[in-house]
Amino acid sequence: MSVVEFADVVVTYDGYPALAGVSARVESGQIVLVRGENGAGKSTLLRTIAGLMPIERGSARVLGHDVASDRQSVRARIGMLSHRNGLFLELTARDNVEFWARCVGATTSDVDDALDRMRLGRELSSTLVSRLSAGQRRRVALASLVVRRAELWLLDEPHSGLDEQSRADLDAVLGDASRAGATIIVASHDTDRVAKFAHSTITLVTGRTVGS
Amino acid sequence: MKRVNVLGIARMIARKDLKVEWRGRVLVNQVLPFAALVMVMFAFALDGDDLLQRAASGLAWMATVLSMFVVISRSFLVDTEDGALDAMRTAGLDMRGVYVGKSMALFLQLLVLNVVLIALSLLLYHVSLTFESAVLLVAIVVCATAGLAFVGVLYGGLAALSKGRETLLPLLVLPVVAPVVIGAARATESAYGTAGARVGEGWPWVGLLFVFAVAFAIAGLLSFPSLIEE
Repeated sequence: MSVVEFADVVVTYDGYPALAGVSARVESGQIVLVRGENGAGKSTLLRTIAGLMPIERGSARVLGHDVASDRQSVRARIGMLSHRNGLFLELTARDNVEFWARCVGATTSDVDDALDRMRLGRELSSTLVSRLSAGQRRRVALASLVVRRAELWLLDEPHSGLDEQSRADLDAVLGDASRAGATIIVASHDTDRVAKFAHSTITLVTGRTVGS
Repeated sequence: MKRVNVLGIARMIARKDLKVEWRGRVLVNQVLPFAALVMVMFAFALDGDDLLQRAASGLAWMATVLSMFVVISRSFLVDTEDGALDAMRTAGLDMRGVYVGKSMALFLQLLVLNVVLIALSLLLYHVSLTFESAVLLVAIVVCATAGLAFVGVLYGGLAALSKGRETLLPLLVLPVVAPVVIGAARATESAYGTAGARVGEGWPWVGLLFVFAVAFAIAGLLSFPSLIEE
């Protein structure tokens, strides 16, 4: 079953064609690498899948819904990690993960599990996010994503700011989520790393897909 | 995934905002001292018991409105500084729940602020209360605070996503809350018995404050999601 079906999708941003005719198909349970130079449209593609960008032309279906007309149904089933972590800086790491856990009715043990998966022990998880390093904040954001158990994960440069151990932890989390049935789309410059476990690749050049 | 309904989201958001306040103590350590200072400065500026007693009700509500901007700005700063509001939007959280939750948290914080300011105005401006006037005062504080909270969150959300939000917020909010300030000040005059005003004269103003609060609650529920989305 196709989770993402894009046909000749055009998205403009401030008059500039950020996506200039993207066609792509992503199957359920796959891990897909989105690669391309800076400004190629990787982040825009993820944001379009999430229903955050107005589609000017073409057809875009995500999880069976038309993104242009039914974005709320799409958003309820995705988890997105963008350049910003989306955290409440004046709450602790645990508070942040618990907030997202409550959104989906997850339990305290799910929160503990997500924190453990991202190696956020008792001391780190009870620290205010504003006092954590950039890499630690990224791990909190990933734990917040893990606890939501989304069907479709959209990750924009998820490895950035992480040390080698945390990168390996993230790879393991992505592998587990994929095996559990989640579909994962990763936009990354760290192509060698992601390509090792990705099932397919979407390559973007100036807003166009050139291979899949 | 099990989704949480609007009221569930409202509870989560209110709890989160109050937790942020509890950890940061900005209301207690910064806003309350600022508001108290404004009240004291008014007392110095309007030196004279007669003048002070006549102006007491208006001064208390003006101090509330000025302090409210700090609380609203902080409430939305927490949600926007690392993109949490965007994350909530992307996750498909019902923004009506976010509106109600933030309004509940702002209402509780402004309630604390108002209770302190009213108590301070009674002390500083030498006003005494009867039982009937105290009941009126409670009704005024609840209705006016609800109105301020609903307006504050609606326009706070709009300003939060704009450039120059610190200056934009007062420009947007002050004209809209003018009826609340006027209504609350007039009703409080009746509660304080300023210039021979009777308690009974304050209740129609409470009615106005109630209608204002309900109108903005409905307007906020209808428009906040599209404001955040756009």
